Amino acid sequence: MKNNVSALIVGVVFAVGLAVSGMTQPSKVIGFLDVFGNWDPSLMFVMIGAIFVHFISFRLIVKREVPWFSENWHIPNRKDVTPALVWGGVIFGFGWGLGGYCPGPAVTSLASLQTRPLIFVASLVAGMLIFRVVDKKVKFKK
Amino acid sequence: MQTAWLMALLGGSLIGLSVSLMLLWNGRVTGISGIINGVLTPIRGDTEWRWYFIGGLLLGGFGMNLWDPSVFYGQLETDTWTVVLAGLLVGFGTILGSGCTSGHGVCGISRLSPRSLVATLVFIAAGVLAVTVLRSLGVLP
Repeated sequence: MKNNVSALIVGVVFAVGLAVSGMTQPSKVIGFLDVFGNWDPSLMFVMIGAIFVHFISFRLIVKREVPWFSENWHIPNRKDVTPALVWGGVIFGFGWGLGGYCPGPAVTSLASLQTRPLIFVASLVAGMLIFRVVDKKVKFKK
Repeated sequence: MQTAWLMALLGGSLIGLSVSLMLLWNGRVTGISGIINGVLTPIRGDTEWRWYFIGGLLLGGFGMNLWDPSVFYGQLETDTWTVVLAGLLVGFGTILGSGCTSGHGVCGISRLSPRSLVATLVFIAAGVLAVTVLRSLGVLP
């Protein structure tokens, strides 16, 4: 139960951060990606702020034996750069540029009760399900 | 202009704080695509927290919408099919590439994961390329 409540609180803070930063405005995201056009670099500071905080906190937190509400750490430790990683990034990046939403801002924007975020999230879930079907046939080496 | 930069920095710091709390409390990386993908194949003991997290995103979103609905403005004036295609690509691509802006871009880069550094450079470059091409084709306004 404790790790459910903690996940809820993390979700709230994350959503507020996204909304405050401008990440929930697709036109702003497109402006950030429009480097060779009418570039709006302000969203760069979202990553700078987030990484600055977490770069420091990560090192302090993992000094602990275990997290507060779990018996062990669940941190990915793979280091191999695979074609799937790169192609996944290409496909995701293209969709990001086309729609102006990455997953977090899209889910958060459902709360605005607009149609487009809803269509986007439904399609995103469909894309994840299509991945499973294709993966069963092709067996991507992730 | 300056306000936008400061808000971005403030929002980014809140995102950094939230992923830090997830790590400190639950020992987990906050990767939104992975969290969503996890609820699509429920595993006993590893699903409930994901729903709570998604509930938290919605709750935070509702709060922000009450406080200042303009944070959700700026919808693109593009055809509906572009939204569908964008969602499909983002869903497929983030699972193939094992992460999105949060998991790779924030959590992974903060721990200097080589995979996440590569993935982030690739999806930003692909996003820039997409916007440049789609603008010139007239798909994006």
